Amino acid sequence: MATANKTPVLTVEHVTMRFGGLTAVSDLSFEANRNEITALIGPNGAGKTTVFNCITGFYKPTEGKIALRHADGSEFLLERMDDFRIAQHAKVARTFQNIRLFSGMTVLENLMVAQHNKLMVASGYTVAGVLGSSHYRRAEKDAIELAKAWLEKVRLIDRADDPAGDLPYGDQRRLEIARAMCTEPRLLCLDEPAAGLNPRESEELNKLLRAIRSENDVSILLIEHDMSVVMGISDHIVVLDYGQKISDGTPHHVKSDPAVIRAYLGVDEEEEEKDALAAKAVAEAVGDQA
Amino acid sequence: MASQKASAAKAGAYDWPAIIKDLLGTAFVSLLIMVPIVAYKSVITQYSLVLVSRWTEVFVILALLLGVRLFMHLFVWNRAPSPVAADAKPAGPAKASLSERIGPWVFPLLVAVAFALPFLAGFERRPIDLGIYILTYVMLAWGLNIVVGLAGLLDLGYVAFYAVGAYAYALLSTVYFPYWFGDGMVPWAFYITLPIAGLLAALWGVILGFPVLRLRGDYLAIVTLAFGEIIRLVLINWFDFTNGPQGITVPKATFFGLPFKAGDDGFAAFFGIEHNRIHYYVFLYYVILLLALLTYFVTNRLRRLPIGRAWEALREDEIACRSLGINTTNTKLTAFAIGAMFGGFAGCFFATRQGFVSPESFVFIESAIILAIVVLGGLGSQIGIVFAAIAIMGSFELFRELSVFQEYLPEGTDPVHFRMLAVGLAMVLMMRFRPRGFVTRRQPTVFLKERKAVSGDLVKEGHG
Amino acid sequence: MEYFLQQLINGITLGSIYGLIAIGYTMVYGIIGMINFAHGDVFMVGSVAAFLVVLGIGLTGGSGILMILLALVLVAAVAMVVAAAYNWTIERLAYKPLRGSFRLAPLISAIGMSIVLQEFVRVNQEGRPKPVQPIVTGGYEIMRRATEAGEFIVRLTNMQILIIVSTLILMAVFTILIQKTSLGRAQRACEQDQKMAALLGIDVDRTISITFIMGAALAAFAGLMFFLYYGVTDFFVGFLAGIKAFTAAVLGGIGSLPGAMLGGLVIGLIETMWSAYFTVEYKDVAAFTVLIIVLIFMPQGLLGKPEVEKV
Repeated sequence: MATANKTPVLTVEHVTMRFGGLTAVSDLSFEANRNEITALIGPNGAGKTTVFNCITGFYKPTEGKIALRHADGSEFLLERMDDFRIAQHAKVARTFQNIRLFSGMTVLENLMVAQHNKLMVASGYTVAGVLGSSHYRRAEKDAIELAKAWLEKVRLIDRADDPAGDLPYGDQRRLEIARAMCTEPRLLCLDEPAAGLNPRESEELNKLLRAIRSENDVSILLIEHDMSVVMGISDHIVVLDYGQKISDGTPHHVKSDPAVIRAYLGVDEEEEEKDALAAKAVAEAVGDQA
Repeated sequence: MASQKASAAKAGAYDWPAIIKDLLGTAFVSLLIMVPIVAYKSVITQYSLVLVSRWTEVFVILALLLGVRLFMHLFVWNRAPSPVAADAKPAGPAKASLSERIGPWVFPLLVAVAFALPFLAGFERRPIDLGIYILTYVMLAWGLNIVVGLAGLLDLGYVAFYAVGAYAYALLSTVYFPYWFGDGMVPWAFYITLPIAGLLAALWGVILGFPVLRLRGDYLAIVTLAFGEIIRLVLINWFDFTNGPQGITVPKATFFGLPFKAGDDGFAAFFGIEHNRIHYYVFLYYVILLLALLTYFVTNRLRRLPIGRAWEALREDEIACRSLGINTTNTKLTAFAIGAMFGGFAGCFFATRQGFVSPESFVFIESAIILAIVVLGGLGSQIGIVFAAIAIMGSFELFRELSVFQEYLPEGTDPVHFRMLAVGLAMVLMMRFRPRGFVTRRQPTVFLKERKAVSGDLVKEGHG
Repeated sequence: MEYFLQQLINGITLGSIYGLIAIGYTMVYGIIGMINFAHGDVFMVGSVAAFLVVLGIGLTGGSGILMILLALVLVAAVAMVVAAAYNWTIERLAYKPLRGSFRLAPLISAIGMSIVLQEFVRVNQEGRPKPVQPIVTGGYEIMRRATEAGEFIVRLTNMQILIIVSTLILMAVFTILIQKTSLGRAQRACEQDQKMAALLGIDVDRTISITFIMGAALAAFAGLMFFLYYGVTDFFVGFLAGIKAFTAAVLGGIGSLPGAMLGGLVIGLIETMWSAYFTVEYKDVAAFTVLIIVLIFMPQGLLGKPEVEKV
């Protein structure tokens, strides 16, 4: 793979997040490249969702810098922005580990809410809308078209008028992705999109994510436990354990990294020392090669 | 107690020891509740405070309570729940589709009846007064519905905005307009003040809303209550500005400059009809009807605009809203401001109708009544609110009628005193038996093929 | 200085009353996470019941000190039991069936109950305030100084001593009850996790009922003290006192018992000082403003735990 044309869309530098005495993320740095799928993996409690919350502005990192660059060169320092401004201006969209749909609103309404800012402007910040401007009606029609397009992609077009809360679990996951995509993001952050899906559904999810990446100007950051998804679609994997990065590289590299194996499988203490030495040796070897 | 009931049901016979135990317990607690407060009434006589004992009443009530409870034990609670009843869903699909079929016709019908009311009532003063009274509360509840029903923010101080509107009219029409423009302006004061009252109330909505809107849940409710009380206390105590508890007498509204009076320059003379005091009340009735309809249509249109969808999304899930780039603070503020604005309009109207404003009218209990209407109607449902307002305000009126039963009641009790008691009980019972109000289904704001109402079980009620 | 000292004494007295009511708010909030909006009215019920018993047994300031103390113990016992019966019934009828119902339901039900209690007492006892002659009289002169306006005397009345001392005793008993007994443990367990507590064999319903009973008893005692201190009570005293006590509970950190007491003292002092140095008309505005400021700037209160938003 040619590394020359890879440009980072997201740069996380030395990010630390503390909650009282607990350090959830410690001195984490990594990059996510444009139009790639980057996966963030790690055992439970490794701090993955905390990283997401820092990137999307729901938490303010205790230390560190998170920068997002659009293709046109504009740069956003996410650690300084409010959560909704990150979504609105920096164009970062996200889904949630425990799905957060507007369950009492219909599927279509969910996608219309996602286009809020665009429609707000079109409705003249409500004033023209109340007076019934035709400009707004056109904008609303366009918004419905965009929503329809996404509903077709996630195969929910037949359920457009049903309440989101009535959908089965797998459909809700896909709807949440469609809703995030309706904000027309540059970076899409997916928090365990395959959780609770059966193998057929996660295979379908793989296809959807690949299609999203190739058809839109969007980069994807992914937290996932389902290794078939992670290994199947990621271009780049970052592994966290106890809030620290323990590995970073291609799926192939990460799969064989002893530090990763240790974090996932665990080892008793004696072996740990040996492994640490081995890992050090491997790391040095890798370092030499690079 | 539940297990005892169940065992009685299984055995198919009465579990007498358990029933007797329960009745004794009921008697014990009821006596504790009644003994000092019902059994002895303190009466201020000319020279001193004395207690009047009322044991007869206590024992009558106790006997009634125990009788009802025994009846429930014998004939209601001992039955095994029938499997059909247990399986039946609260809202069957057939029933829903019926209500959906007649749904679109309910509102036009209501409006038609409302417009015809003065004629149907034969231009009688009392039904028109009642109509004005109910419509005022419909309008207030529609305004509060934006905040509580759509945006899901529990506001216990809504009456403050009502007060702002009322005092805006009172002060502008009696003090500032004469001072700024001379007396010529006064006949027009209502029309000029109406938008100003709305704007002032909206402004206050923003001022009060800004600091408190990041609070969640019950805290928001208590803070809005505190704000409402602060405004009332300031109205009472800022004597120079508001004339304190004595209140302000305000001029009547005119028919676009034509006063409702007997003289040559009056409304009746202008239209060549005979002067009748009822004209003024019919006029007021139509004014509040139009104001209420304005509230209805604007709210309905707002629901279909991005701002309205954002309100409802906010009620469903605030965090998801923020992840979609919605500025939740501004969204909440607009809900607060627009809800307040309609409260301000209603307040301005109220001041004209009463011809008098004082802080007395803006107590917490008013906020509670308006909230009760919104909740009883079904959070977010505008039609439900109409029926709830008719039910609650109508029953208030009924209590006034009950004076005919005066002679049967113990001496010194006035049935009017029971009406707030009934409101309180209604709120409690409502929450217990129909917490989602009359209309639980939500109409979607946009659809591709067909408009399917969303079941109330899925609709969230907001975090505050 | 003398003036300030006098206000300090008055403020602590008032604060003790608020603190006793605040404990009821804080305990209920701690255990089931709802604002028992009717708690202020339970305080009122206690106060009115105390007033009726005082009137019934014909207690006046003329009796001997021992006699008065014994009678007051009796009055307090009756008021506490009556208020406990009210709060227990309220919980049973208006809150318990709503557990697991939609979020606003218990609060609206509680507002309804608050109206019911006020109107119930009003219907039964008429609306007019009922003044009685002071019962606990006398006091001590602490300081005396001549000023231009005449002599200023700092007084600590027996009534104030009674309020402060009995509050201290009640608080001590109460703290021991919560910290040392199995009942207190059950309460703390339910605060943490009701389901888990139930799985471990704690009778959650009973624990919640007892919490309401305890809160009511303390509020009723405060009601008695309030009535003795001001010599008057009516159906409406619970509204303002309730909101102020709630402010105290929030200020101290909701869920924290020492916090409730501390919050009560602070609110009592703020109210007294405001009346003394600014305007007495706006003392309630001051209390409400404190509530708003505290909720906005330090919602976790003085002794409470901060809450982290879960995403």
